[in-house]
Amino acid sequence: MNSTPAPDLSSPPEAAHAPEQPALAAAGPLASYWRSVLAILWKDLAAEFRSKELISAMLVFSLLVVLIFNFALQLDRVARENVAAGVLWVTAVFSGTLGLNRSLALEKDRGSLDGLLLTPVDRSALYFGKMLGNWFFMLIVQAIILPVFAVLYNLPMLTPLLLVFVVLGTLGYAGVGTLLASMAVHSRSRDVMLPILLLPVALPVLVAAVQGSGGVLEKRAWDEISLWFNVLAVYDVIFIAVAYMAFDYVVEE
Amino acid sequence: MLQSDRALRTLNVVTGLLLLAATGMVFLYAPLERTMGAVQRVFYFHVAAAWVGLAAFLVTFVVGLLYLRTGNPRWDRIGHASVEIGLVYTVMGAASGSIWARPAWNTWWTWDPRLITYTVMALIYVAYLMLRQGLEDPNRRARFAAIYGIVGFISVPITFFSIRIWRTIHPVVVGGSGDAAQGSFAMTSPMLQTMLFSVVTFTVVYICLLANRVRLEELSERVEHLKARLLSA
Repeated sequence: MNSTPAPDLSSPPEAAHAPEQPALAAAGPLASYWRSVLAILWKDLAAEFRSKELISAMLVFSLLVVLIFNFALQLDRVARENVAAGVLWVTAVFSGTLGLNRSLALEKDRGSLDGLLLTPVDRSALYFGKMLGNWFFMLIVQAIILPVFAVLYNLPMLTPLLLVFVVLGTLGYAGVGTLLASMAVHSRSRDVMLPILLLPVALPVLVAAVQGSGGVLEKRAWDEISLWFNVLAVYDVIFIAVAYMAFDYVVEE
Repeated sequence: MLQSDRALRTLNVVTGLLLLAATGMVFLYAPLERTMGAVQRVFYFHVAAAWVGLAAFLVTFVVGLLYLRTGNPRWDRIGHASVEIGLVYTVMGAASGSIWARPAWNTWWTWDPRLITYTVMALIYVAYLMLRQGLEDPNRRARFAAIYGIVGFISVPITFFSIRIWRTIHPVVVGGSGDAAQGSFAMTSPMLQTMLFSVVTFTVVYICLLANRVRLEELSERVEHLKARLLSA
C-alpha cells in the first residue's frame, strides 16, 4: 500500500510553486481550482518518481516496438524513412495505452480513487490532474524515445515542428484516453477494454499526427502540413472539452 | 399497454408492405443503368442502409445526452437498441457495397479512406456493446454507455473530415463525386424516386425494429421485477 506518502502530498507542491503562491491566492476560486489540479498532478508524479514502474514499463515497451517493427516490416533504408512516422505513433499510442490503464487501475485497486472523490474539490479538477499526469508520462517517454529513434532510423527527429506534433498528438490521446480509462477501469475485463474503446475513437489523432509528422520528416511545405496541425488542434480542444463535461458523470456514484 | 400493442402491430404490417413496395420499385420501376447493368440496383438499399445506420448512431448520441440530463432509463434502452440496429444496418451497407464493388471496382474490399472510416465507425459501436457487457451495475452501465455513445459519435465527423483531402474512389452520387471516383453515374428521376423511397422504407424499418426492441427490453425488465416480487413474497 502506498498510503504512507499522504502527508507529503500537500508539502511538495507548495515548495515547488512557492514563488507563484501569493499571486495564485489573490486570484480566487480559479487559482484554488488549479492548485488542486496541480496537487493531483504532483501526487502522480511523486508516486511515479519513487517507483518508476510506469515509465520504465512504457519505455522498454516502446523500445521493443521500435525494434520489432524493423523486423516485422523488413525495413530497408527507403522503407524505413517512409514508415518512420507511422512506427513512431504506433509506439506512442501503444505505450500510452499501457500508461493510461495503469494510472487509473492503481487508483482503483488501492482504493485511493474513493479517497480522491471524497476530497472537496471539483470533479473536473481530478480529470485535469490525471490527464496532465498521463500526458506528462507520454511526453517523458517520447523525450527519451525520439533521440533513440533518430539514431536508429537515422532521421532528423528533433525538429521543433515535429515536437509540436508530438505535444499536440499526445495531448489529444491523453485527453480522451483519461476519460475512457476511467470508464474501462470499472469493467470486468478492464485491461483489454481500454484499447478497444480508445483506439477507434482516437483514430483522428493518429491520422493527423502520422500525416503531420510524416510531412515534417519529408520536409514538405507548411501549406501541406498545416491542415493536419488544424485537425489535431481541433480534436484536442473538442475532446478535452467533452471529457471535461462528461467526467462528472463517470465518477458519480 | 393494449393500445400500444395494437399500434405496434399496425406498424409491423405497414413496415412489411413498405419493404415489399421498395423491393418492387428497385427491380421493376427503376431503369437499368447503362454501364453497370443490374448490379447497380444494389445501390438503392446500400445507400438506404448506410444512411439510416448513421442516423441510428445519431439517435444514440442524442438519447445519450438526454439520459445524462434526465436519468430516465428509457433513453438508455433506446440508445442500446439503436446501436444494435445501427450495427446491423452498417453490416448491410458494407456487404451490399462489397457486392457492388466486386464488378465495379474489381475487388471486394479496397483500402479506401471512406471504407476504412466506415469500418472503424462500426468498431466504435462494437466496443459500445462490449463496454455494456463488461459493466454489471445497471446505472453505471447506462451512464458509461451514454458517454461512450456521445464521445464515439463526435469522433466520426472528425475522422470523415480528416480523410476528406485524400482522394477517394467511392462515388458520391448525391452532390457530385471527386475526380478519382469510379463507378459514378447520373441519376434519372425514377432512380432518384426509388432511392428516396428506399431511404424512407429503411427509416420505417428502423423505427419498427426500435419500437419492438425497446418493448422487448421493457417486458423482460417487468418479468425480472415480477420474479423478484414473487421470490420475496
